[in-house]
Amino acid sequence: MREQFDIVVVGAGPAGIAAAVTAAEAGLRVAVVDDNSAPGGQIWRSGAHLPRAAQHWIARLQRSSVVPLHGRRVFDAPEPNLLCAEPSAFLSALNGSSLGANYDCAELRFTKLILATGARERFLPFPGWTLPNVMGAGALDALVRGGLPIARKRVVVAGTGPLLLAVAAHLARRGARIAAVCEQASFTQIVRFAARLLFEPQKLAQGAGYALAVRSARLRTGCWPVAAHGAGRLRAVTLRQGNNLWDIDCDYLACGFHLVPNIELPALLGCSPAGGFVAVNELLETSVPGIYCAGEPTGIGGVELALLEGEIAACAASGQTARAQNLARRRCRKIPFVRALERACALDPQLRSLPVDDTLVCRCEDVTYAALRARSNWREAKLHTRCGMGPCQGRICGAAAEFLFGWNADSVRPPVFPALVSSLASAGARDESLAAASSHNSKENR
Amino acid sequence: MPETVRPLVLSVNGAPIAVQPGTTVAAAVLMAGAATRISIAGEPRAPLCGMGICFECRVTIDGVPHQRSCQILCRSGMQIDTGSSKAGEDYASWRRA
Repeated sequence: MREQFDIVVVGAGPAGIAAAVTAAEAGLRVAVVDDNSAPGGQIWRSGAHLPRAAQHWIARLQRSSVVPLHGRRVFDAPEPNLLCAEPSAFLSALNGSSLGANYDCAELRFTKLILATGARERFLPFPGWTLPNVMGAGALDALVRGGLPIARKRVVVAGTGPLLLAVAAHLARRGARIAAVCEQASFTQIVRFAARLLFEPQKLAQGAGYALAVRSARLRTGCWPVAAHGAGRLRAVTLRQGNNLWDIDCDYLACGFHLVPNIELPALLGCSPAGGFVAVNELLETSVPGIYCAGEPTGIGGVELALLEGEIAACAASGQTARAQNLARRRCRKIPFVRALERACALDPQLRSLPVDDTLVCRCEDVTYAALRARSNWREAKLHTRCGMGPCQGRICGAAAEFLFGWNADSVRPPVFPALVSSLASAGARDESLAAASSHNSKENR
Repeated sequence: MPETVRPLVLSVNGAPIAVQPGTTVAAAVLMAGAATRISIAGEPRAPLCGMGICFECRVTIDGVPHQRSCQILCRSGMQIDTGSSKAGEDYASWRRA
């Protein structure tokens, strides 16, 4: 498949949906490409009752002329104005994907590009975190939306950020027994953030609703898991609050330390970073002309801001500059919330002492904390230990290493996701050296 | 989901399991009590991120290896093999050797 679009949007979460719909309604030929099999991203993941805003936007997307490329992930950008995307699973035909039995690598040519790649949870290593049933907070939520029975299961929700209460509330409504909700932030951090929410009545009401839903499990602040126990599967968690340590039995530990943006593709495209996010101007254009970025990769701000940013980027990319500038003024007023959220979720430095020598930091390659501590930067760690060189490509351990050791990933190279050798060959037809290198690697891996 | 919806029957490591339509392969594997993969050092692993990024949930589906089970919906008749199957154990011990 080879097609030319006026605008390609990467990511079909709130920002990507708003961008695609806005651009298509302006009469442009638009495609939206997303790894998941349905639109909505993670926050509007299907399988449960979606909020009204989600239903509205998804219906608008489906009514629009946007070409949906769900179940495809972008793995390379071999030349300017071109993205390569392969099916997310070989089984897309079996899953009834619109792509049918088409396993080929799609070549998407674009005039303008909008990156709405979203965010993932930050995971911090602690003894036992690799046990089955220890997972992200958003991860357990997604699995429950994907059919995992949770009624009568004991769940400890831990980490940091507004996601914890949202997940705890959703699981409680599904019948889970929430044994504890542990927020690493201090009581003072939380009170300051709650006070800031007085300016965001909608969010305050939402938060109060979540708190009410999990009122039987008190929200503990300055509290985090220090170890997970079990043989082959989680059985109990040791929690720490101040000088108190205690064990609590549970079936699941849902633990995520706020969010980190997915900036691998923007980095591959040459977009300059800014403090771990993608640098953008007020109309959300990145340092690369014609490439825009919207939603969490510009700063973690939640659904409403993501929708607004999607609209701004689409207006700017489609030449509706006055409308984009108007919306940009509304965005400016929401930036203080982004900063407040960042402060509220700032990690306690004591969390750096969670891993012990034999705690794995890199789960793909089983690299321990002790092995990494002996290294002085991310590159050296990769070369000597294989940390970050497994299939997740450092998406999990990279954020942990950044917090634990202050290391930054220095470069991003294609493919930004593990890809089929046939896809690499077609993408690399322009670049013989890449094709040669990747066919060698992929033969071993598949 | 209403109880009247006809469940899908698939197999996890050879044992049949019934799930509701809309269930992800990752959820089915967890329901079957199986680990999704065995790590290089021989530990059982299960989904971590739930959104297709961590690759801990990869399993073999209908003979196709390395499929991210959290991103794929169950279908009737699917044959899912995980790292905790006999073949998966053999592979893990071969890689350790």
